[in-house]
Amino acid sequence: MNLKLKALTRSIWVFHVSAGSCNNCDIEILDLLTPRFDVERFGIQLIGSIRHADALLITGAMNKKSVPRMKKIYAQAPKPCVVVAVGQCALSRHMFRHSYNVEEPLDSILPVDVYIPGCPPKPEAIIDGIVKLVAKLRKNA
Amino acid sequence: MKAIFGYLIFPGFLFSACVGLLAGWLDRKVTARIQWRVGPPWYQNFVDIVKLLGKETIVPEAGRATFLLSPYLGLLSLVLVSAIVGRALLAPSESFAGDIIVVVYLLVMPAIALLIGASSSRNPLASVGASREMKLLLGYELPFIIAILTVIIKAGVTVHLGEIVDHQRNFGSLIFSPSGAIAFVVALLCTQAKLGLVPFDMSEAEQEIMAGVLIEYSGLPLAIFKLNKAVLLYVMPVFLISLFLGKDTGPLFVALKFVAILVAVVLIRNTNPRLRIDQALRFFWGPVTVLALLGLLLALRGF
Repeated sequence: MNLKLKALTRSIWVFHVSAGSCNNCDIEILDLLTPRFDVERFGIQLIGSIRHADALLITGAMNKKSVPRMKKIYAQAPKPCVVVAVGQCALSRHMFRHSYNVEEPLDSILPVDVYIPGCPPKPEAIIDGIVKLVAKLRKNA
Repeated sequence: MKAIFGYLIFPGFLFSACVGLLAGWLDRKVTARIQWRVGPPWYQNFVDIVKLLGKETIVPEAGRATFLLSPYLGLLSLVLVSAIVGRALLAPSESFAGDIIVVVYLLVMPAIALLIGASSSRNPLASVGASREMKLLLGYELPFIIAILTVIIKAGVTVHLGEIVDHQRNFGSLIFSPSGAIAFVVALLCTQAKLGLVPFDMSEAEQEIMAGVLIEYSGLPLAIFKLNKAVLLYVMPVFLISLFLGKDTGPLFVALKFVAILVAVVLIRNTNPRLRIDQALRFFWGPVTVLALLGLLLALRGF
């Protein structure tokens, strides 16, 4: 198995993008860093700069304002970089499906690797999503 | 041949990088325990470095050469420091006259490397970080040098790191004299700032200027900067040991003292909020410099 990829799966630095979410998913993401869940056990860290990112964690529905910015941010990330969609809004636009402002779902803009449903998803669900992501990355290697 | 071995393997690059990465893990683990978490496994920082080596390196259009070369500037000078300080502790008679001055100069280089790298990335947040790093450097360098001057006077006016260690082997560690204790406190605070840890991490302040000076770095150069941090985390406590705690320099004693200083640094880091840059500058040029001068006066009076 590829050493670099193995290292990547053991040290995922996450850049958190809120594309206009209601903040509930963001709170659940912060829960992951608290003593109860502590994802730093697996080397997962929230980082401040997109240039350090291994994963983009996207919450919220893609509105007209955030789509170009989202594309720009994804282009700025150093590859390999995975995209994780957290919450129903990022998955399917949820209750904003018929809004004039939200024209397309996330996966028609960026290549999404993992979908984590829920409104908001529980921290356990997010950890489960990460486990599946790691398994998928390792199988591809 | 011996010099090359000393520079590249022990106590130079390989050794200092490995110990530094382990020290970085200790930092993260103690932080996690203080916050009632479990914390990462011991190999976490090694994994981080290997991972960064496999990532794409994005170079901004501005100063390509300086952007890519500045991390190496910091690393090369730090490795040289670790070789010099390590040799002074292992075999005090083999060090050369004036090496403490060389060490003080070389310890500034990582900050300068950060400044060059951040400025050549042409990112506004990086330039904010660079300006803070520069002001902080001006702040802590003054008390740090006064603290080292105290040690030099206490050890019988010598600029020879080996002789300072030798003096302590014969007459006891300097930290147990009044002036030495004051100088040690000052040097510990300056270490905190040199390492860029809370409360003096305003140049990398993640919450306000993202990653500050490192914001445009990715892949290999970022890995080298992380290594810089790791080696600095090894070099600074060892330098403090050779200056203030040079009585017993057996491997076990040095390791115990190293861990003690490291845990002190981590505790300061975890129990303080981040200062603003003006507060930090006022702190270093005010109370800390006064304290350092007091220590210097005491040393001149022979205490």
